[in-house]
Amino acid sequence: MSIWKYANPVIFMQTSGRLLRWLVPLTAVLMAVGLVWGFAFTPPEENQGSTVKIIFLHVPAAMLGINAWLMMLVASLVWLVRRHHVSALAAKAAAPIGATMTLIALITGAIWGEPMWGTWWAWDPRLTSFLILFLFYLGYLALWEAIEDPDTAADLTSVLCLVGSVFAILSRYAVNFWNQGLHQGASLTLMQKQHVADAYWYPLMISIGGFLCFFVTMVLVRTRTEIRARRLQALLARERMA
Amino acid sequence: MTNPDLVLGKYEVTVLSAYAAALALIVFLVVVTWLRGRVVRRQLDEVEARQGRGKHAD
Repeated sequence: MSIWKYANPVIFMQTSGRLLRWLVPLTAVLMAVGLVWGFAFTPPEENQGSTVKIIFLHVPAAMLGINAWLMMLVASLVWLVRRHHVSALAAKAAAPIGATMTLIALITGAIWGEPMWGTWWAWDPRLTSFLILFLFYLGYLALWEAIEDPDTAADLTSVLCLVGSVFAILSRYAVNFWNQGLHQGASLTLMQKQHVADAYWYPLMISIGGFLCFFVTMVLVRTRTEIRARRLQALLARERMA
Repeated sequence: MTNPDLVLGKYEVTVLSAYAAALALIVFLVVVTWLRGRVVRRQLDEVEARQGRGKHAD
């Protein structure tokens, strides 16, 4: 069994249809539990007060904003190397979700920053690289819409995705590279012991799980729509020629 | 009895506006995705019926 069999649109539609039956309820449950627990059943933090509750939105959204672009990078590379249409359409499908998550991270960060830092915005390395990443998302989406031929659009957006990956990686590691600015270092890493108290840790993990499921669900739903839209275009073109 | 964790204190507006903005964006994304999916599916069904083709695979 090869992973490449899922590049066949028929197999992708069948498999994603089965997956979505589980993913949709799982996403709803995890997001509801994570956000309700985080909002209604966590105590105020000593320094941040009740604004600590914003991390249950901000952290998962920021993680997805970066990782959605990295998923698009992998899908774009698959398109450039192997020319599988489903991978190009999956990258296109993921872009609005990544853009929305990046925007949520920017907005919730600004709302949190005003009382905590005394400013809505600072030209801090992480904030700035995140803003540039958001602009790359907008540029990527605009480029898809601007080019009529879908294969040419997939080629050019894939190249843009490669370039934008620099900012996705910078968004993640900017604090480590420059070690300056207002934004604190990563609270969640795979290599270190957790910096977050248990009262916040568990709802945060559930919220991150919910956002991750939300991303996968939305990518599958949107890719299915893109596959149908591509088939529709092909049938209409055949009809015009007949 | 009031849940003490729900007392947001002086940051009430801050926390509520962050949740409202984030949830509004998520709901907007879901609605747009669902509407576009429905429109494309309906158009594809119509064209396939008109051309006498089998339904798309799903």
